[in-house]
Amino acid sequence: MKREGSPWTGLWAVVLKELADHLSSVRMQLLELLIFLTAFAATFVASRQLRATVAEDPYIYLKLFTTAQEPLPSFVAFLGFFLPLAAIAMGFDSVNGEHNRRTLSRVLSQPIYRDALLLGKFLAGILTLGISLLALWLLVTGMGLFVLGVAPSGEEVGRGLLFLLGTLAYAGIWLALALMFSVIFRQPATSALAAMAVWLFFAVFWDIMVQVVAQALRPAYGGDPFAALAQLRLGLFLSRLSPNTLFAELVIALLNPEVRALGPVFITQLEGAVLNSPLPVGQSLLLAWPQFTGLLAGVLMLFAGSYVLFQRQEVRA
Amino acid sequence: MNGVIETQDLSKHYGPVIAVDGLTLTLLKGEVFGLLGPNGSGKTTTILMLLGLTEPTSGTVRVLGYDPSRNPLQVKRRAGYLPDSVGFYDDLTARENLRYTARLNGLTRAEADARITDVVARVGLTSVVNRQAGAFSRGMRQRLGLAEVLLKQPEIAILDEPTAGLDPEAAIEFLGMIKELKAQDITVLLSSHLLHQVQAVCDRVGLFHKGKMVLEGTFDSLADRILGGAYRIKVETSRPDGLEPALRAIPGVTNLSQEGPGQFKLETQVDCRAEVARRVVSSGADLLGLTLERPSLDEIYARYFREVDHET
Ligand SMILES: Nc1ncnc2c1ncn2[C@@H]1O[C@H](COP(=O)(O)OP(=O)(O)OP(=O)(O)O)[C@@H](O)[C@H]1O
Ligand SMILES: [Mg+2]
Repeated sequence: MKREGSPWTGLWAVVLKELADHLSSVRMQLLELLIFLTAFAATFVASRQLRATVAEDPYIYLKLFTTAQEPLPSFVAFLGFFLPLAAIAMGFDSVNGEHNRRTLSRVLSQPIYRDALLLGKFLAGILTLGISLLALWLLVTGMGLFVLGVAPSGEEVGRGLLFLLGTLAYAGIWLALALMFSVIFRQPATSALAAMAVWLFFAVFWDIMVQVVAQALRPAYGGDPFAALAQLRLGLFLSRLSPNTLFAELVIALLNPEVRALGPVFITQLEGAVLNSPLPVGQSLLLAWPQFTGLLAGVLMLFAGSYVLFQRQEVRA
Repeated sequence: MNGVIETQDLSKHYGPVIAVDGLTLTLLKGEVFGLLGPNGSGKTTTILMLLGLTEPTSGTVRVLGYDPSRNPLQVKRRAGYLPDSVGFYDDLTARENLRYTARLNGLTRAEADARITDVVARVGLTSVVNRQAGAFSRGMRQRLGLAEVLLKQPEIAILDEPTAGLDPEAAIEFLGMIKELKAQDITVLLSSHLLHQVQAVCDRVGLFHKGKMVLEGTFDSLADRILGGAYRIKVETSRPDGLEPALRAIPGVTNLSQEGPGQFKLETQVDCRAEVARRVVSSGADLLGLTLERPSLDEIYARYFREVDHET
């Protein structure tokens, strides 16, 4: 049936309210404090190590993100770990929380569509994450200026911002997942646990499973190079179904200008390539493009799923 | 079409459960209509369909001429809804909660603030408007809900069990506020199972039973139809002997029962107190008391369902 009136009526009202909620909620502030402290520690340690090589390295600022110094992991490793948690923390009680507070029927009896409520909640979450990420990036860059004593080049800033966008898309996956579970499960505790379970599954078990499955489906015995390649390819394909792999590849491509390919490379493909010469930003972006769109597609799919489920849901508690 | 709310053969099925069954209802402008019925009889489901919050299985709805499924925004802009057991954002103040609603309705900040001051005063929450809604009592929440309904200056107010959970005094006060809506020409649809309260404010009631509206009309006509008389007259006399046939013979008396020595209860179609007094006195007895009682909806209700149960 055709509906009349814009589905986005009231969208900004929802976004502004949810944004204010996020920014003032103790939950978010604690998480952000945690992220800031760990990121600060990671980059501080990295920058002290990098100080020795400032003169030789044209991409010293990018190294700031990726250098790990025992016992601390690198900045991007920290982000990859905490960001899904932050996104889940923001989304897991979006819709069921409204149900349980008995505000849902009241809000939906205002002149807005359900679309606006759901999208508004998602956008507010993404904006909050974006603001935090930007602040984090500024913090790291500022610290770089302070410790390294050189300004980042335009290319480094560009790569840094692209990296932020990619990270936001990755966080969007977990936010959309949490949002969907908040539509499916009536209890916030259940939806939080379910989202964490998915996260844990991809973080820990997915790689193991991929290996097992690839070995079972494309066995490679006796050093047959084609069989080995087939196994490798299947493994790579499966592993790219995980947002974590996509994010990792995106980070590698954007933050390491020397990286020219993701996945197996044949020696023939390297003909004419100047090894170890860095790629321009545009080329790196092209390299990471499939990963980026893959993440976006995941976000869209999850959001569409929540949308369909939410449209059919009864409003009464 | 002169009905503010019109439904035709409206039905809602939840799988095998028939929540609303062939409801045809018309509400006129400025009328206060009460949806009455026991738990699970379909009152809330009807209300949700009127607001486009749930899709009817079959039948049509028109609210102010709009179809709530196709044109929910038009309907929701003009109709205020107070859900049963209404909730607010606990960590926002009452004012902030209302501001959010105002923004959802597209009001500007200045307009919203002016209206909020006004409606908060009307429901008597001015002194606590800057307190967090989480600290509000049931009664205060209910008032805040009514304030929210008033905020959009609705043409229709739909109130689901507005007095449930309120103490008797608060309930009476709340009903007073509902009467004020009528004075402003707002059409009111309220649901309840507290019959005497509905009786106090409603022009017309519809009695729901298992999803069907089994009775509908003004209070007097219902009393007529179900109880066979709209008036109750209680008579207290000193000497009851021989009085009963004399009273029974009064034109308009449909039923008579003796409640104690010298005490009679008459069900009548007209107010025939004068005739009763005359007959008591002329029979030589002393007239000790004579009171006219309007039958309560509780009686209608109880009587109706007793009859229904009897038949099945
Ligand atoms: N989501 C649902 N799924 C299945 N059945 C439902 C659903 N919602 C309501 N019902 C059923 O529809 C019927 C009518 O419910 P409704 O809430 O409209 O009654 P009500 O008159 O408002 O009752 P109450 O006085 O308890 O509020 C009930 O039998 C109820 O069990
Ligand atoms: Mg109900």
